[in-house]
Amino acid sequence: MIESFVSWLATTPGSIALHESLYMYAIIETLHVVAIALFVGSIAMIDLRVLGLALARVPVSQALRRILPWTVAGFIVLLLTGALLFYAIPERTFHSPWFRAKMILLVLAGLNVWRFHRAYGLSPAGWDTGPAPARARASAMASLALWIGVIIFGRFIAYNWFDCDKPQPAFISAFSACRSYTP
Amino acid sequence: MSLYDLCEAIEATAVSAALRESLWLFPVIESVHLVGLAILGGSLLMVDLRLMGAGLNRQSISEVEHGTRRWFLGALFLMLVTGSLLGISEAVKLYDRPAFFVKMIALATALVLTFTVRRALIARNSSGGPIAFAIGAASLSTWLLVAVAGRWIGFS
Repeated sequence: MIESFVSWLATTPGSIALHESLYMYAIIETLHVVAIALFVGSIAMIDLRVLGLALARVPVSQALRRILPWTVAGFIVLLLTGALLFYAIPERTFHSPWFRAKMILLVLAGLNVWRFHRAYGLSPAGWDTGPAPARARASAMASLALWIGVIIFGRFIAYNWFDCDKPQPAFISAFSACRSYTP
Repeated sequence: MSLYDLCEAIEATAVSAALRESLWLFPVIESVHLVGLAILGGSLLMVDLRLMGAGLNRQSISEVEHGTRRWFLGALFLMLVTGSLLGISEAVKLYDRPAFFVKMIALATALVLTFTVRRALIARNSSGGPIAFAIGAASLSTWLLVAVAGRWIGFS
């Protein structure tokens, strides 16, 4: 079902126009990259604060309240521009192992955010100014690792090493669902 | 020796050839460059937003700068190293890319701004105001231009 939706998406005029445009695609991709600095950059500062490696004198509640709005703004830009980048090249992207791996990391990173937020909200009781408990530190480290992974896998989508039209190891073909896609 | 000759000489080095011949090296260095962008952007943003009165306003400007300084300097170093490697691998191509020259001019401006005017303002530890706002905004927009022009090298 997703398969046929993606194939249909590729035939829509908007997708074709975006794919063939001289500047639109480049502008959207540039926005996407700049928003990484806003989103991952701000979230990394919060993670490093929780780990006690940056902004050590700033209470965690302050960091969350004053920085998170910028993180959310960055995420909205990333989501919109990312959706448009997918829309411009639906089929190849859908069958890219890097894209699939990126989406998995994205879900894990989202779960990690949810877990942290559910446990501590915007004002962590007890360790606002002191050292963070082990669980919060683990969450911050997972966040850093996952978002860095998202950046790297995202960049690799552009490279065609594992495209379906090249001979691939069986597990990559299976992971990318190459059987149902002939570029 | 013209600038073009210099670019050709750079491309003739073993490092440049090794970077070009590897399937993985350039993309991996490029990805590290992007991770550096995130850290550089994040640490820069903390200070510039504070200067503009839109960030960690309960802390003093110098406190915010002190709390993020090593990440800013570390990320800057990482960017310069990975960026140089990327540049060495395709020096002749860069000669032909206006976006590259825009990026270098913006980068030089951003570095001068960061380590002179902005640093002096932070050292004075003002509590904000229109001058701090202007310097924060100037810093953010100059670094933004570095990032945008950088990405544009790949398109032009």
